[in-house]
Amino acid sequence: MSFTLDQRLAGPLADPAAEAGYDEHPPRMGFFTDTSVCIGCKACEVACKEWNLVPEDGLDLTGMSYDNTGELGASTWRHVAFVEQTTPRRDAVDLGMPSVPQGAVEDDREVRWLMSSDVCKHCTHAACLDVCPTGSLFRTEFGTVVVQEDICNGCGYCVPACPYGVIDIRPGDGRAWKCTLCYDRTSAGQEPACAKACPTDSIQYGELDELRERAAQRVDALHEAGTSQARLYGHDPADGVGGDGAFFLLLDDPEVYGLPPDPVVTTRDLPAMWTRAAAVAAGVVATVAAAFLGGRP
Amino acid sequence: MTHQDHIDTPAGRDVRAPRERAAAQPETVPPAEFRSYYGRPVLKQPVWKVPDVPVYLFSGGMAGASAVLAELAAATGRPALARVARLGAAGGALAGVGLLIHDLGRPARFLNMLRMVKFTSPLSVGTWILSPFSALTTAAAASEITGVAPVLGRAAGLGAAALGGPMTTYTAVLITDTAVPAWHEAYREMPVVFGASAVSAAGGLGLLGLGVLGADVAENAPAARLGAAGAAVELAAGTAMERRLGDIGEKYRTGPAGRWLRAARVLSATGAVGAIAGRRHRGVAAASGVALLAGSLATRFGIFFAGRASAADPRDTVVPQRARVSRSGPGSP
Ligand code: SF4
Repeated sequence: MSFTLDQRLAGPLADPAAEAGYDEHPPRMGFFTDTSVCIGCKACEVACKEWNLVPEDGLDLTGMSYDNTGELGASTWRHVAFVEQTTPRRDAVDLGMPSVPQGAVEDDREVRWLMSSDVCKHCTHAACLDVCPTGSLFRTEFGTVVVQEDICNGCGYCVPACPYGVIDIRPGDGRAWKCTLCYDRTSAGQEPACAKACPTDSIQYGELDELRERAAQRVDALHEAGTSQARLYGHDPADGVGGDGAFFLLLDDPEVYGLPPDPVVTTRDLPAMWTRAAAVAAGVVATVAAAFLGGRP
Repeated sequence: MTHQDHIDTPAGRDVRAPRERAAAQPETVPPAEFRSYYGRPVLKQPVWKVPDVPVYLFSGGMAGASAVLAELAAATGRPALARVARLGAAGGALAGVGLLIHDLGRPARFLNMLRMVKFTSPLSVGTWILSPFSALTTAAAASEITGVAPVLGRAAGLGAAALGGPMTTYTAVLITDTAVPAWHEAYREMPVVFGASAVSAAGGLGLLGLGVLGADVAENAPAARLGAAGAAVELAAGTAMERRLGDIGEKYRTGPAGRWLRAARVLSATGAVGAIAGRRHRGVAAASGVALLAGSLATRFGIFFAGRASAADPRDTVVPQRARVSRSGPGSP
């Protein structure tokens, strides 16, 4: 299989593992995180830390909600976002969500909780991988994106490149870390630790094609049941990163969960950037040469 | 708008009584408001260290333009200017290598950069520009100082000059090839700002160096022209960039970035005027050179801090993306 430069950098790409050079490889694997059934128990966060031996990174209280993890980072590879909203009262569909004491509710308003377990998106076009100068970040045969820690030299380029703010440098260690989609477990045919631990199947692991079908059905079912805000996020191979290997069903706009509404892989514009830089470089040389015209005054 | 506000209630955080509030429900949909997760950043801030990386952006650019300047000065019979520029090119390049290695989380592994050449990584491409450039400029400068192997030194200098242009602009690709809105959205103008800033610094170095050496002021005309022209383009392109960025451009006007860039403007403009008007006066020429160098350095700091601030502000990430989705659907350019 051969790929054009544009296909390599952005747009729909059916088989990222093949693009990375794997001839024969297993199907692309991923996560479908259905936040409509997340109960915010954080079992995924704990299982991830335990299995991957991710070090403790502070036991602080954020003071903003039940979310005391805050964000994904070098030592947080699953992060359960917790959003408390006051909404106009309506006859809500019972999603099996936890209820709150009635005293907290005004007459025409009710409180709703949104919980969502965030993770590295394992982008089809992963900016972190594109910009990594050492080859430490690589595409696995499952189409996922993993850091080889024995190669990473801590240049930090992947950190501002990621459009989701996922990957980061671990202080004191100097290297970049993020979710591996449990490369060790999946290689042995096991599901990742977070999916295994999730008590409500909010985190589902499987073949990406199958997960996309299942997710489409779930959205339809929720719409039929009256939950019109249900929408998929990161499922579309035509989006700015070519679709995510880990995608979500959300109940509100992505930015409410701390997710960018329309992320684009920065390297999509790289050919234009190099072209401009080369033209200006030639301009610099021409300018310097021009300064010598006219000889000695 | 905060997380507490629900999409169905665009009036936002309303403190009025429920009945009043219901009566005041707007009939038309008001403009979309900015929503976020407790106001927290979406992106991670660049972890690149200060002053390492902004100083590298400066010294690499100055070195690149100086390498070109050196060979043209040598070819046109301006030995003092050639000497200053060769030393500046080597000094800037070596400082750059040192700064970049120091900036790594694992400096001992810096050679891992040389495992591969990767065109999608401006840092990889840049490493392959900077490494030969620093070797060649060092050889040219060593030959210049010692007088040993002048032919080889000259050849090394020509090689360095060939890489000099790319040295001045690849760093613009380096920072704009990120998700940081104030950087990425400026990818059209940034190489012009960086290239001009590099030219201005090389001109400034020439003026300063010739002044310090006590060389005949007749030699410094090209340096004065370059300093002034570079500073003028740097100012113009920087202003155009801020304007075109719209709301995101605010990051170049406020906070530490705004302070650095205001200082840069004063320094570059003063240096440019001094270079043109006072180049025949040795003291004025040298002082103008210092101002041009400082202006270029301050520009790099300002741009660096603007990127940090932009990554930290969820507004810069969310608002343009939200507008894009509402306009034409996800993933559209
Ligand atoms: S979400 Fe970020 S860290 Fe994960 S693959 Fe995409 S670019 Fe890389």
